[in-house]
Amino acid sequence: MGFTSPLLLVGFLALPLLWILLRAVPPAAIRRRFAGVALLLGLADKTQQADKTPWWLLVLRMMALAAAIVAFAGPVVNPTVGNRASAPLMIVMDGGWADAFDWSRRHAKAASLLEAAETSGRAVALVQLSDPQPPLGFQAASEVRGKLAGFAPRSWQPQALASWRDALPQGPFDTAWISDGLAHSGQAELITALEQHGQVEVFASDHPIYALGPAVQADGKVTLTVQRLAAGLPASVTLIARGPDPAGVERELVRQRVDFAAQDTSAKAQLDLPAELRNRITRFALEGQRSAGAVTLAGDTLKRRKVALVSDTADGEGLQLLSPLHYLRQALAPSSDLLTAGLGDVLPTKPDVIILADAAQVPPAQTAVLRAWVEKGGLLLRFAGPRLAASDMAALAGDPLMPVALRQGGLTSGGAMSWGAPKALAQFGANSLFHGLTVPSDIQVRTQVLAQPDPDLPTRTLAALDDGTPLVTRKALGLGQVVLFHVTASAEWSDLPLSGLFVQMLERLAVSGTSGSAGVDVVAGLIWTPEHVLDGWGDLADPATLAGVPGEALVDTLAQGPSAKVPAGLYRHDGLGLALNAVPVDQPLVGATWPLNIAVQGLTLPSQIVLKGPVLALAMLLLLFDAVATLALTQRLGFVRRVGVGMLLALALLAPSQKAQADAAADQRAIAATQGVVLAYVMTGEPAVDATSAAGLQGLSDQLIYRTTIEPLAPMGVDVEKDEVVFFPFLYWPLTADAPTPSAAGYDKLNHYLRMGGMILFDTRDADVAGVATGSAPTPEGQALQRIAQGLDIPPLAPLPVDHVLTRSFFLLQTFPGRFTEGGLWVEAPPPDAAKTDGMPFRNLNDGVTPVVIGGNDWASAWAVDDNGWPLLPVGRGAAGDQQREYAYRFGINLIMHVLTGNYKSDQVHVPALLERLGK
Amino acid sequence: MTLSPDLRARAEALGQSLPPLLAAAEHLAATVTLGEHGRRRPGRGDDFWQYRPARVGDSLRLIDWRRSARSDQAFVQEREWQAAQSVVLWVDPAQSMDFAGATRPPKSDRARLLALALAVLLLRAGEQVGLAGHPLRARAGKGQMERLVAAMAADLANPPQDYALALPQDFVLQGRAVFISDFLGDLAGLERSLAQAAASGVKGLLLQVLDPEEEDFPFDGRTVFVSMGGSLAHETQSAGDLRAGYLARLAERKARLADLARATGWVYAGHHTGQPATGALLWAYRALEGGW
Repeated sequence: MGFTSPLLLVGFLALPLLWILLRAVPPAAIRRRFAGVALLLGLADKTQQADKTPWWLLVLRMMALAAAIVAFAGPVVNPTVGNRASAPLMIVMDGGWADAFDWSRRHAKAASLLEAAETSGRAVALVQLSDPQPPLGFQAASEVRGKLAGFAPRSWQPQALASWRDALPQGPFDTAWISDGLAHSGQAELITALEQHGQVEVFASDHPIYALGPAVQADGKVTLTVQRLAAGLPASVTLIARGPDPAGVERELVRQRVDFAAQDTSAKAQLDLPAELRNRITRFALEGQRSAGAVTLAGDTLKRRKVALVSDTADGEGLQLLSPLHYLRQALAPSSDLLTAGLGDVLPTKPDVIILADAAQVPPAQTAVLRAWVEKGGLLLRFAGPRLAASDMAALAGDPLMPVALRQGGLTSGGAMSWGAPKALAQFGANSLFHGLTVPSDIQVRTQVLAQPDPDLPTRTLAALDDGTPLVTRKALGLGQVVLFHVTASAEWSDLPLSGLFVQMLERLAVSGTSGSAGVDVVAGLIWTPEHVLDGWGDLADPATLAGVPGEALVDTLAQGPSAKVPAGLYRHDGLGLALNAVPVDQPLVGATWPLNIAVQGLTLPSQIVLKGPVLALAMLLLLFDAVATLALTQRLGFVRRVGVGMLLALALLAPSQKAQADAAADQRAIAATQGVVLAYVMTGEPAVDATSAAGLQGLSDQLIYRTTIEPLAPMGVDVEKDEVVFFPFLYWPLTADAPTPSAAGYDKLNHYLRMGGMILFDTRDADVAGVATGSAPTPEGQALQRIAQGLDIPPLAPLPVDHVLTRSFFLLQTFPGRFTEGGLWVEAPPPDAAKTDGMPFRNLNDGVTPVVIGGNDWASAWAVDDNGWPLLPVGRGAAGDQQREYAYRFGINLIMHVLTGNYKSDQVHVPALLERLGK
Repeated sequence: MTLSPDLRARAEALGQSLPPLLAAAEHLAATVTLGEHGRRRPGRGDDFWQYRPARVGDSLRLIDWRRSARSDQAFVQEREWQAAQSVVLWVDPAQSMDFAGATRPPKSDRARLLALALAVLLLRAGEQVGLAGHPLRARAGKGQMERLVAAMAADLANPPQDYALALPQDFVLQGRAVFISDFLGDLAGLERSLAQAAASGVKGLLLQVLDPEEEDFPFDGRTVFVSMGGSLAHETQSAGDLRAGYLARLAERKARLADLARATGWVYAGHHTGQPATGALLWAYRALEGGW
């Protein structure tokens, strides 16, 4: 028991004074000269004031005052009084991904430690070990509080903690370490250093930590390793693979349970997936584990490219080893889907890569098709050969499907007919795509085709011989590129196809997918720009100003895990994508070990009970008694007695029949809701929001009655948990930050409602700052929307297409303002194959009513009217505001029309067909 | 206590701020001579009123030959009846009139101001003005102003009473009278006076001047109310509770005054010092001007 402001208790000294004051000695009379006194003579006083207050009333009043004094002094049971020590306190948070799952509890714990320190006046230093090391100094707790809000879990682990040791402030201080439960490098040294300064307390969560390793592809199966920190009990987690569906909407693709046996700390999940599905996977995540460690980005790892091998050589009796495609097949087969056919057959299958081995001239019929394919992003890989060398180079000079112009004939060196020795490969230049690959010295190039000297040649050259002759050249064409190896794909002209370098070059060219471990050879030597980074919670974020990372640094982090400089995320170089995950492959989870003298405590907060409210209520109750007693003393209690008895009677009558009344009320409600069209809103529990919703729907109902044949009854509020919703064609759901998530039964009811053709308009009421449309950081309302909508059976959504039926179901509209105008509107996505018919102004979109409409323009506020039908809330300014309100009403009318008439207006698409049929 | 020196000047100023008493008649006849009060009825006077056909009994001297020559009938020119009135003013000299609310002048100040302003206007209009309770004959002319002020000053020298008891009893026959008081004392004297006035054919105005505090009774708490002279006192525990009773009695008193006035052919009006004096002066003015 304690008081937050005990000094106020001095107020008790005033009680005796009050005793004297409250004894109600009548005040001395004022002498007043007044001419009208003649009129006053004979008027009697209505009340005779008592000379003294009865003692019991006095006691009652004193008790009320005493209760008030105690209440304002802030009585607290079990108060948060930290360690009585006055030494400064250092609060250390790990801040790695393992913190993410129960970050709010850690945050609350740190806040409570701060509060305790503030109460006892201790200076505080607050550090997050995963962040770059700040200057460590102690400040007042109130100063540090703001810093805590800036902390967030990172996608990397704290590293090199030993270096923090040297930066510790001088002098004694205590430490509270809120640990994520994992061991970090240098942790032991840091603890030892901290213990030399003072007492160290450790707080850790009991939440199990799961980590998901990178996906490895082997034998057509995708294997993922799930690790957990503590063995002991059997457990199971659910692995979810996500990726875009054919319509481009990200959704869950695969779900698989991963079981841990009692003693296992790691388990493997094997996914055997069709190639189409596997190629689409962008990330794996463990369900219910919200942290970067439980997320694995797929990157390009899982993509198996479809490579088409085209050779003009008639497949026949030739020796396999002499086939120009043999080495390519060998190199590509493990990581790609191969297709061997003529060019005409290959193109319709939409391959990622087409390899032309020694084909001089593409048949003119297919040139245009092939070129179009390349310009759309295809990679055309060509190899030289005897036929190319022998072809008419002049005719090839302007060929866009050839990266450089070639000289007639070729160059043969080191043969019986030439002076020179076979050429070796030069090291790759820094600008080359192949930079960083080691060139084996034993590769010899005996014959090659030669490029015409050209100003563009150096920039197009990817690899050259040691005398500078280009060996591999490349030219961009549209979105795609054309690459020419100036040698054959077989070992005929050079040793290159025999070497490992050949495979690596193909990987670099993104001809073949990188193998599961993302080999060092692919990564090193290139600059990788971060495309997306993972935050601590496992969500993708914008990398902002993060600089590109040299491949060598990336190789280290791939093995050891990301760091602040190289955070986890998706990195890209040219066409190559690389996923850097929070948990590196083959790195086991190691639990933190603490010295034996340090007890590890849980994250529970001290259960402090603040008594201010109840005591203040007691004071109020006493004052109420005082009022009644005063009334009784002045014989004015009759009225109060009558009212009181009436209320007691009413309570007594109400109590037993409550249940029966509830049923009857539900029936009444159902009857009221089915008397006509009733617009309904979901009650959020915030009175202001609910009142606005009711007033808004009332305003919309009024407008519908004025302008359309829809004549809704008074709108009703709906509690999705308790009330039946199927009666309502339309639910308006304003979202508040702390809107409760519906229960399973509630979700069942809502999903049933949506399936039966109901519509819900979700309104985040934040002008779409929620970023539903933009994908920026969500507001609290936006998060509530995500949370609530997760359990709903909602089809893929898309921003409202301009030809959606909502834009013309009653009024012709292209804007949908409420109180705000900026926010976009999301509705069920149109089918991907929706196409515009000739002569029709719009496409034939969804057949049916979109089950949800999502936006943030706060429509109810714009619609809201008061009891007299006047607008309740201001919208915009002046005439523009009136117009905005008018458009808000029009949107509402369109929406209700859409709800009630479905795609009726879209059926106009069929009018020409019907007319034609009638004509016949 | 002396008459505040600027009282007369203020009275003059107030009188000048108003149109003269005959302003209403000015557009009717620009020829009205100052001092003559048009009665808007035929009678003795200098101004042309109307032609009327001559009747039996009209002397030949009255016939307007010029008009009659234009027709076959004889016409008589009638003149507007003009006569000067005699007005007696009475300003309550009692101490109750000295009551003043916050930041306001006492009622007596306002009462004298109104009386003098009225006198200025009446004298300017040529009426005969006198002050009741003084051996001062009602006379016309500017010199009368001096005498009125002197008489009023002499009034102040008399030993004051708490409430006025003696009201004027002698009136000029068919004259006019203006009583300005708070009428908070005993009404018996007033009744007698009005009866006498009615008997003499005198009509007049009762102007009750009150302080806003007397109208609103904004008092509360335990209070002892003492009359201005100290002769009456009333104690109460809670003055606020008396408000309703007091206001009822005040309303009753006003109704009684209005009844008295109506019964004797007088006119009653209330005025309080929170209002500008102009309103009351205008009213008194109109009331005197209105034909009886």
